[in-house]
Amino acid sequence: MSVPFYVSPEQLMRDRADFARKGIAKGRSAIALQYADGILFVAENRSPALHKVAEIYDRLAFAAVGRYNEFENLRIAGVRLADMRGYSYDRRDVTGRALANAYAQTLGAIFSSGGEKPLEVEILVAEVGVSTAEDTIYRLTYDGSIADVRGYAVMGGPAEQVAEYVGEHYSEGISLAGALRLAVDALGHDGTEIRQLEPDQIEVAILDRSRTQVRKFKRISDETLARILSESRPDTSPSEPAAHTEAAETVNGGNYESESTDDAPVAPPAEDDTPIAPPEDPDADRPL
Amino acid sequence: MRFDASGRLPEAFLTPGGSSFMDFLAGHAPDLLPGRRDLGLGDLNGTLSRDVPHGTTIVAATFPGGVVMAGDRRATMGNIIAQRDIEKVFPADEYSCVAFAGTAGLGIEMVRLFQVELEHYEKLEGTTLSLDGKASRLTALIRGNLPMAMQGLAVVPLFAGYDPDIEGGRIFSYDPTGGRYEERAFHSVGSGSLFARGALKKLHRDDLSETEAVTVSIQALIDAADDDSATGGPDMLRRIFPVIGVVTADGYRRLPADEVGALVDTVMDARHQRPDGPAAPLT
Repeated sequence: MSVPFYVSPEQLMRDRADFARKGIAKGRSAIALQYADGILFVAENRSPALHKVAEIYDRLAFAAVGRYNEFENLRIAGVRLADMRGYSYDRRDVTGRALANAYAQTLGAIFSSGGEKPLEVEILVAEVGVSTAEDTIYRLTYDGSIADVRGYAVMGGPAEQVAEYVGEHYSEGISLAGALRLAVDALGHDGTEIRQLEPDQIEVAILDRSRTQVRKFKRISDETLARILSESRPDTSPSEPAAHTEAAETVNGGNYESESTDDAPVAPPAEDDTPIAPPEDPDADRPL
Repeated sequence: MRFDASGRLPEAFLTPGGSSFMDFLAGHAPDLLPGRRDLGLGDLNGTLSRDVPHGTTIVAATFPGGVVMAGDRRATMGNIIAQRDIEKVFPADEYSCVAFAGTAGLGIEMVRLFQVELEHYEKLEGTTLSLDGKASRLTALIRGNLPMAMQGLAVVPLFAGYDPDIEGGRIFSYDPTGGRYEERAFHSVGSGSLFARGALKKLHRDDLSETEAVTVSIQALIDAADDDSATGGPDMLRRIFPVIGVVTADGYRRLPADEVGALVDTVMDARHQRPDGPAAPLT
């Protein structure tokens, strides 16, 4: 009878965390930004059909990076939870906090159970309030860690580099056009070379508190996006390294993060430009 | 509904399934579905129906580019007026509206579930259902209520919406077993529907403007209230007027009370001269 090798719990958790983080870093970034009238979501996503940002409920939206099948499943569960609560209680009783908690428990339980592969996803749950002060953005990582973020959050791909750029240029009460320009520029500053993203390469949605309807979520079409972007000039100067911003940090549930940085911002793979839509995509396995 | 003490999302939420909220409820929390409760009372011969509030008359009429739906404000319980300002016309989603006649408690719950059903589909699929698809979902909902209908607690909805394919409004009527029928031009349901339909027949034309279609609906409701004791006419003392929803390419809009009030005042003024309402030409 073979005796299994002993693996220390620390090592096991570290390996699982490394596995999840590597998967998430292979994708492309997504940004959530608070602007004057709500919360803006911008994600680099070449697929017009497979969304990384979606509506959950009246004031709630969901954004995710990583493996599409995994976060899509979480999104559907979130919509079911929200609709179920709204139907059995009232529309006002569906809160971001409850949803973020349910996600955190689910992610945490999957991460620490030996039987399941940790989910290679990172998600944001955003809730728009009646004023900027009441907006909340929760950032959840693969291990169930949850952080309450102010201002902006960046996840997926070379998230640190993108967050650095946003941190340098972000100011509170920024206009929608300004926030959009900033987010698109930030997504382009994710490597050594500055890229200029076209409207059809990004997915944009807002939670707009000024909307008169109860459902505050709205997608911004490519045409509207192109019009807004053409009115502002892109920033082509390379970003300068700045102090690590507070908002870019996540609260880690434990000491699972390895000290090494060998897998921190990974350069995008060469075939990064291929469309992600299956089934033609030869690299369909790659996370969004 | 089962709650998981760990706070983790229940397994059912993470199980791949369809885009229907009703189907999800049927599997996960069937007790939340209206009509699924077993009364265990057998045939009541309609005795129960006298003890619960009932909604009465709903009318709908199309006009070029849209559809109008209007409902009176009365709920009756046998010979008692249960409520004089009940609302029976609701937006189903941005481009359709739904109203009900019959058992008020079940009707309101059914409308709420129907609204969630359409929104749930929209969020999961990223696109809206076709108008026929929405009408079919309502069929499924009524069919689920059949046992209750057999015990005297029937709900009969009326569904209308804007169809972008024909660039106009369409009306769907139902029977308590879930039968769905598309109506041409206009329809009415509820206890006063026969009188309302007579009025609609004489007043409706294919070339009405939106305001004219609204006026026709008000006339039909007043005629229904005139001859049916369960239908409430405009309450001039309390200024309680019919709920009127209009669906066009711009979406659903509920007419504000003062707008409806002005139209009702005009109609009532004319009825002071001729209490039976406008006369239709003989030929």
